[in-house]
Amino acid sequence: MSVFLAKRIATLVLTLWLTTVVIFIVLEVIPGDPAAVMLGMNAEPETLAALRAELGLDRPALVRYFSWVQELLHGNLGISHTYQVPVSELILERIAISLPLTLFAIVLSTVISIPLGIIAASKQNKPADFFVMGFSQLGIAIPNFWFGLLLILFFSVTLRWVPAGGFPGWEAGFFPAMGSLILPAVALGLPQAAILARVTRSSLLEVLQEDFIRTARAKGATQRRALWRHALRNGLIPVVTIMGLQFSVLLAGAIIIENVFYLPGLGRLIFQAISQRDLIVVKNMVVVLAATVVFINFIVDILYVVIDPRLRGGDRG
Amino acid sequence: MFSLRKVFGGIAVALCLTFAASSAMAAKSSLIMGMVLEPPHLDPTAGAAAAIDEVVYANIFEGLTRIDRWGVVRPALAKLWRVSEDKKTYTFYLRKGVRFHNGSAFDASDVVFSLNRARGKSSTNAQKVLFKPIETVTRKGKYTVVVTLKQVTGSFLFNMGWGDAVMVDRASAATNKSKPIGTGPFKFKRWVRGDRIEMVKNTDYWGKPVKLQKATIKIIPDPAAATAALLAGDVDAFANFPAPEALKQLENDPRLKIVIGNTEGETILSTNNQRGPFKKLKVRQALAYAINRQEIIDGAMFGFGTPIGTHFAPHHPAYVDLTAKFAYNPQKAKQLLAEAGYPNGFKAVIKLPPTPYARRGGEIVASQLRKVGIRLEIIPVEWAQWLAQVFKKRDYDLTIVSHTEPMDIGIYARKDYYFAYDSPKFQALMKKLNETVDRDARHKIMGEAQRIISDDCVNGYLFQLAKGGVWNKDLRGLWENSPVQANDLTEVYWVK
Repeated sequence: MSVFLAKRIATLVLTLWLTTVVIFIVLEVIPGDPAAVMLGMNAEPETLAALRAELGLDRPALVRYFSWVQELLHGNLGISHTYQVPVSELILERIAISLPLTLFAIVLSTVISIPLGIIAASKQNKPADFFVMGFSQLGIAIPNFWFGLLLILFFSVTLRWVPAGGFPGWEAGFFPAMGSLILPAVALGLPQAAILARVTRSSLLEVLQEDFIRTARAKGATQRRALWRHALRNGLIPVVTIMGLQFSVLLAGAIIIENVFYLPGLGRLIFQAISQRDLIVVKNMVVVLAATVVFINFIVDILYVVIDPRLRGGDRG
Repeated sequence: MFSLRKVFGGIAVALCLTFAASSAMAAKSSLIMGMVLEPPHLDPTAGAAAAIDEVVYANIFEGLTRIDRWGVVRPALAKLWRVSEDKKTYTFYLRKGVRFHNGSAFDASDVVFSLNRARGKSSTNAQKVLFKPIETVTRKGKYTVVVTLKQVTGSFLFNMGWGDAVMVDRASAATNKSKPIGTGPFKFKRWVRGDRIEMVKNTDYWGKPVKLQKATIKIIPDPAAATAALLAGDVDAFANFPAPEALKQLENDPRLKIVIGNTEGETILSTNNQRGPFKKLKVRQALAYAINRQEIIDGAMFGFGTPIGTHFAPHHPAYVDLTAKFAYNPQKAKQLLAEAGYPNGFKAVIKLPPTPYARRGGEIVASQLRKVGIRLEIIPVEWAQWLAQVFKKRDYDLTIVSHTEPMDIGIYARKDYYFAYDSPKFQALMKKLNETVDRDARHKIMGEAQRIISDDCVNGYLFQLAKGGVWNKDLRGLWENSPVQANDLTEVYWVK
């Protein structure tokens, strides 16, 4: 286990270092000057120079890289060029929306998809199976932003049950805040549920063909008992993999849904920061997100070990 | 028993009626207004983003003068002023009893501080050029300030009404970006970044108190989301609605009112006058004849916008309508191209910034120019790229952009500007304009200036950007036009 952990941590450090190099080079290469974006078309050259000096952009690239990494190692994410507030504060504000939204969507998709996948697998080629697979086909085919718009039209514009978008903030209370996350979570979660249901079904079906299931059945276990006691645990490994991937994708990649529901989440922050050339925000967010993804993968790896004891044994030897 | 029920019933009905009556009588006193772009920060003296002024101008911050809904200069923190005989010395008499939102009193030393900060060496004021004519700023008593100018500047009082020239307090100047402190009728309350900015009524205001108790600016970047938010009643108004294509749909909603107004945005096909074929006047003339303005307005703006024939706002009294001079005439365009030595046309590049008018307009321009033989390669660019490549390095042939600064015809006198237009005649004329204070004489010069750039076909002149406002039919007092980039809420109120 300790070798396993050490390997994982080494990968984590290496990944993060590579991330800093790549993102720094990319931002050096793309055209666009943060000072010019902030000061616009009427700015005097001396004003631009003054602002560049204020932002520390007049120093050579290598100096800027090392001072950035040094700050990062001290846990300092710097001050946003445009917003003039600490980047850590900006990210925390946005995570307070993106993380609950992602978790909400994941919970929703899990609660829907796994039972459906199990039903479909146990009733293979029966009407229930066709129904579930039909649903998931539809869920995969519908783009989530369009689905989001449909939800808004029905629940906000016609029924007026929930606001069409925006986020009142957690200080407005738990229920108003969650209320504004319901439609986005459904819009995000349902297509994911469709994918998960498919994966659950096919993975279970595969496991059900295995020898040990036949053995269990031969020993007198019912079809149901074989599925629940023996197949499910094995069948869930690919499902957990997919969920781990989905989590990272949803956390930073919900940008389209954030736009449709005008939620101030992480995705929108990074998008805005890129278009405004708020380089410090872009760089540090990329590093934070990369760290998050690496960390989630780490958790997923540990979950494998929990689900599949054989992996534990492998490390001991 | 029976009668008791009746009594209770009666009370219940009476209560209901009272509630209904009281809620009907008390008009709403809060406003939620949608905006597409979030301001990067809230200090109008340190950024070019229009969104900053659209939140704070006249609401939170005030200057010596202000520009009203008609584009007219009015007294603000200076209650009156005197201009010397030689038009180079301005004496401003300040209002007394004005306080910043942090409680400190406003007086002459704040004016000296604010103006010197804006024109100082380390200034990051995006419109520092406005303060260039200033030679000295002197405090003459607690409520009197004297400003002397290096040269006569006809537009000085107007310039002092820009958002970039507002008065700030020494103690809070450095933190205005995140916590703006001004003298205006609204106080900043909080900013939930990415979502909304809240302002509340300033009960300590020196002037006429505002009717709204609270104003919230809600940031909604997506046009479809903006439409849904209006239809769902989440926002009361969109002073500048982002999607002209949705206005028809909103028009059918009886709760909403659509108000089409003017802006200061001249939308032009900017041309690099020093590059390739565009150096030749005949080619630029051909370009002017090849453009069908109405088709562009219909296609890119769904019919909203006024055709222009020069770089000047059509609602300005000095505007000269030159659209007929280069009316759509592809035959003439082809002939001019042939005379210029391009009988088979040529290839060029058009770089388009992300705004919908530019992206959609660019496609239409490209198809119109193809008909006369000019084959455009369309390159979409981000705003930051546009500023770096097109605006700064002049690495472009053509582009489409809206010049939204008010009264900005003076940019044609800057020979290093991105049009690369160098006309000594025009430069001399602008110098004359600056030195002229008399209104009629100024208007005459402005007319002449419009003709020169139109004759020289410096750029393709397309249309004046319209302001499509959508708001609740019970709301009054929002600006119909935008003579400066602002959402002045000082006169806004609900009739119900």
